[in-house]
Amino acid sequence: MTSAPAPIKAKLRIGDLVFSRSAVFAGSMILVTLAAVAIFLIVQSIPAVVASSEDASILKTNFWDYVGPLVFGTVWAAALALLVALPISIGIALFISHYAPRRLASVLGYVVDLLAAVPSVVFGLWGIGVFAPALVDAYAWLNENLGWIPLFSGTPSATGRTILTAALVLAVMVLPIMTAICREVFLQTPVLHEEAALALGATRWEMIRTAVLPFGRSGIISASVLGLGRALGETMAVAMVLSASPVITFQLLTSVNPNTIAANIALSFPEAYGLNVNVLIATGLILFVVTFAVNAFARWIVSRRKEFSGAN
Amino acid sequence: MSKRIEVRDLNVYYSKFLAVEGVNLAIEPRSVTAFIGPSGCGKSTFLRTLNRMHEVIPGARVEGEVLIDGNNLYDPDVDPVLVRRQVGMVFQRPNPFPTMSIKENVLAGVKLNNKRISKPDAEELVERSLRGANLWNEVKDRLDRPGSGLSGGQQQRLCIARAIAVSPEVILMDEPCSALDPISTLAIEDLIEDLKQKYTIVIVTHNMQQASRVSDKTAFFNIAGTGKPGNLIEYNDTTTIFSNPSVQATEDYVSGRFG
Repeated sequence: MTSAPAPIKAKLRIGDLVFSRSAVFAGSMILVTLAAVAIFLIVQSIPAVVASSEDASILKTNFWDYVGPLVFGTVWAAALALLVALPISIGIALFISHYAPRRLASVLGYVVDLLAAVPSVVFGLWGIGVFAPALVDAYAWLNENLGWIPLFSGTPSATGRTILTAALVLAVMVLPIMTAICREVFLQTPVLHEEAALALGATRWEMIRTAVLPFGRSGIISASVLGLGRALGETMAVAMVLSASPVITFQLLTSVNPNTIAANIALSFPEAYGLNVNVLIATGLILFVVTFAVNAFARWIVSRRKEFSGAN
Repeated sequence: MSKRIEVRDLNVYYSKFLAVEGVNLAIEPRSVTAFIGPSGCGKSTFLRTLNRMHEVIPGARVEGEVLIDGNNLYDPDVDPVLVRRQVGMVFQRPNPFPTMSIKENVLAGVKLNNKRISKPDAEELVERSLRGANLWNEVKDRLDRPGSGLSGGQQQRLCIARAIAVSPEVILMDEPCSALDPISTLAIEDLIEDLKQKYTIVIVTHNMQQASRVSDKTAFFNIAGTGKPGNLIEYNDTTTIFSNPSVQATEDYVSGRFG
């Protein structure tokens, strides 16, 4: 029996081995951590999902009625924040990438990144101490003059601690990451395409519209989805700024506002006992699912970029 | 539709570095002028000063005058945007807008400046421009397909169609064939011959056969050494430059005895 020639084995080097094993270990830790969190959330949530108001005092009827307004509040606040932050971050990113003189641009980029380093509790303090009181008059004016729009109807809050204030604070918090991503994408616009537009007699803004924005479109989308993910999970600032009740309402200016999942957990957890703890953990599971869905969506958008070959 | 270009005592700087020095040149309307010379001698830089595209590069500036039919491009109240509408440009690598269809690419320049164009006019202009660029027959059935799906040579002709759609007076071509195969190169060269009837064409090329094939006049640029500015050495009829140049450096370059 003739045996096939033995395959040539690469020489085993100790450095390669150490590196590859530690890389595999680091990579698998992510999966282990994620799985551990998911298992914890699911196991702890099961009793809560089937519980009634007799089992857990925090529930009025059942779990789904409890979590509904919270999911609404979470998504609503995050969406409002995104709506405010997106145009501003595109504007800042364009200014840094295409308008500002180089030295100013690098300073500005640094400042925007620094904004990301401010702890959220500081934003919360600022929101509650400075921003909310400052907005009271603006809210009253909006209510008086634009009250016929359902969003601005109702009795305006006397403290300014409304869902709109929370959304604006969130907008400031998601601005740095969104600006950073948009800026990077805009900077990668092929010079060839910018010059093509300019050589046709485009003004700078027209060049941005014909070359930069179409090229950066999917980058803008993934920036906003990442910003949305951050806004969905933000806890401290919302917990501090928002005065909340368990309702679903689109009114922005009243003192009756829906809470967000994360803020609700932070506020209710210290007093929770028994099955109430499970209920809060179950809301956490819902937040996990929502955030996961948003991130998966972002991944999908970013992967679509591959086929969208800008440089050819 | 075609204008005379006159360049007087032109110096081009990148910040403090003098890149091109003391160019004096007159380009006649409805002619093809080729710029030849070794890499880094400033031909492309100089070409870009003819429609102020060098201003896109940070730090680039110009001293001297470029007159198009007597109007100085560098007059303080001349808008570079308007200059570029009169003086179109085709680049070294084909650069159709990747997110636009073939048709949108042709119309890109026309739709700038918030101009509206009616649908039949647009169709007519697309056909006229694509015919002008010898591309119509190849793409007429797929005008709504992305421009980046065409071959390199077709993309370059699409870029030429895009440039002539805004009806410029002058077309500048910066090594338009250097990324193309010989067949596509031939197609572009034939096209230059046609375009000459209507436009003033200035072409930078590394290919001396190409210069002798397509151009009426040739300008030879050279550089004394690294860090020195580029100069216009000789400017004359193409046949003279290639058969009987008056400067030794030109003869060395065109006969391949350079360096």
